[in-house]
Amino acid sequence: MEGNFIIRAKQIENNAVSADTLIIRPASGWTSIGLKEIWEYRELLYFLVWRDIKVRYKQTVLGAAWAIIQPLFMMLVFSLFFGRLGNMPSDGIPYPIFVYCALLPWQLFAHALSESSNSLVANERLITKVYFPRLVVPIAAVLTGLVDFAIAFTILIGMMIYYGIKPGGAIVTLPMFLLLAIGTALGVGLWLSALNVQYRDVRHTLTFIAQFWLFATPVAYSSSIIPETWRGVYGINPMVGVIEGFRWALLGKTAPNIFLIGVSAVVVVAVLISGLFYFRRMENTFADVV
Amino acid sequence: MSEIVISCENLSKQYRLGQRESYKALRDTLTDILYSPFRRLRAKSKDTNAAANPTFWALKDVSFDVRRGEVVGIIGRNGAGKSTLLKILSRITKPTEGQVRLKGRVGSLLEVGTGFHPELSGRENIYLNGTILGMRKTEIEKKFDEIVAFAEIEKFLDTPVKRYSSGMYVRLAFAVAAHLEPEILIVDEVLAVGDAQFQKKCMGKLSEAAHAGRTVIFVSHNMSAIKSLCQKGLLLNSGQVAFSGTVEDAVREYSLHSVAPAQSVVDFSGRSVERYGPQEYAVLRGLKLLNSQGQPESVLQMGETVHFLLSLDIHKPTDELDIGIGIFNLQDVAVHYFISGWEGFKGVQGSGLHTIKVELPHVHMFPGEYQIYIWVSRRGYAYDDAIHEALRFSVEENQVNEHATYFTTFSRNTQVYVPTKWELIDNSKF
Repeated sequence: MEGNFIIRAKQIENNAVSADTLIIRPASGWTSIGLKEIWEYRELLYFLVWRDIKVRYKQTVLGAAWAIIQPLFMMLVFSLFFGRLGNMPSDGIPYPIFVYCALLPWQLFAHALSESSNSLVANERLITKVYFPRLVVPIAAVLTGLVDFAIAFTILIGMMIYYGIKPGGAIVTLPMFLLLAIGTALGVGLWLSALNVQYRDVRHTLTFIAQFWLFATPVAYSSSIIPETWRGVYGINPMVGVIEGFRWALLGKTAPNIFLIGVSAVVVVAVLISGLFYFRRMENTFADVV
Repeated sequence: MSEIVISCENLSKQYRLGQRESYKALRDTLTDILYSPFRRLRAKSKDTNAAANPTFWALKDVSFDVRRGEVVGIIGRNGAGKSTLLKILSRITKPTEGQVRLKGRVGSLLEVGTGFHPELSGRENIYLNGTILGMRKTEIEKKFDEIVAFAEIEKFLDTPVKRYSSGMYVRLAFAVAAHLEPEILIVDEVLAVGDAQFQKKCMGKLSEAAHAGRTVIFVSHNMSAIKSLCQKGLLLNSGQVAFSGTVEDAVREYSLHSVAPAQSVVDFSGRSVERYGPQEYAVLRGLKLLNSQGQPESVLQMGETVHFLLSLDIHKPTDELDIGIGIFNLQDVAVHYFISGWEGFKGVQGSGLHTIKVELPHVHMFPGEYQIYIWVSRRGYAYDDAIHEALRFSVEENQVNEHATYFTTFSRNTQVYVPTKWELIDNSKF
């Protein structure tokens, strides 16, 4: 019950204050991430995710089927142009499932990235009228995509049965790669959402960023076509590690390069942490600028 | 004396001019860097920065204390800093200088229905809005029936709120907010919406909160609401505390010294304009008051024909756009109300800027000071855009007939003058 609006203030400088006193003072540069406060607002996080999911497919005829239609059609297009006509190598895995398995995390990532980048501007009314930890907004936007992911995942299971592909023990590592995808989207999303408040140019660059990023990620092709010497650099794109991981965990493709995954993980952690701090630093001006 | 629960010390808030109105395009910053790469470095010193971006203080050195259980009314003109103060107290924005100490759970209500989603049902919105306002799910569940009963929407609980009438929408939104039970309640002009009966109910709920020993900070333009609800008053003027004391003294001080200068032309695009509503259909851009010669004039003569010119930016054209103009005296008593729909005005077709002319055939007001309250709404819905104290004018005594009049002597506490006919019909008693 309590604690919702109460931040237990520490003893600040020489001013001893009692436990339930909140001090509002000018913003002073870098602050902590405030994970504890986000935990206190977990119900708000839940309801924001719930709202977005509920509203997303309202007034659509096909409803949640859209979560399946999008990756399914992309798979068909990719299979036709890259697989059939382009004869893209797919490491001995049937091309449709090879690409679908990559499209799942890719769509989750692309969706989460665009939603979180626009989240602060989209929730302007909330931000200018109510207090809550602002981080809740982009986090909720990222989590919303998980439902679509889960729905589209059922198709993958069907395809695996159809092609007779049995995942090996590596499947236990799947959540880790999922986390890596979400972390990437959130990290970049935090940067872009905070920038978007100040510079609306971000909105216009988003489609471009997503397209460019798609080509820099082995969705339609296999990373094996990238020369060995460039693999380390290639791994700077964390989605490379994610997609390689997904194919390994689900389709039993050869284990991904540990070095590459390591580079990806380090990049994600760096982007995420810097994004969190940048966001926290900028958040004091959100209500005044948005 | 009870303990101090809100303590503001030298609270100041500086805004860059134009900051709220337009976000920067990255291009501007980039060209700034290209054209003057060193200015940004130099800009670290505050003076150069100020030259490039003029600033102003929305609040300056505001200090006051509020004790537990006190109900404080904050009054002041548009742009006096009331909203900024509330935003700092509710932690939406940070002060530039000074600090606030708050003791206890704070609930703030700066707008009715924040976070309501039109596609969601009433039931769903109760949960969503409740959580946004800071209630726990268990708390909402416990009060759910009470909220529904207060809003009187039992039958429509599972209807999307976009199908609600404005009255239902506002009732539901206020009902959720009214069941927030913080130790300190911060309320902005929320009573500006809703019908008279519901406003009464809301006032009842607020005074209930006050009697329950809750600390309430209340901002309103409605002086009678302020007087009936609050014990203490804080008068702000140009971002500073102009008066602090009993509510009666504060209201008196306000009506004596703090009213806006009379104007004949106002532009609503400045940041000092306090407006309410989502501005989904239309935005009010400006208002002109023209005298019988068609000249902008802030001093009207009794009996003359005047015109209001209203500039309106239509965002979403609708046949059902109502425009309302209320004329109030400085005690906030309505003298006249004009609504476009009453006169069969069909609204404005097409989006973009439009100018609308309203004729008032006779100024039927006694000499004195008056102010205009103006709004637009989709017929039957809540205000889409509303501005209090949009314009202030005065009325001067003038001959409205061929006789000399002495209105100012006898018109005390009366507002509306209507010509009457007097004649002698008999020389005996009837």
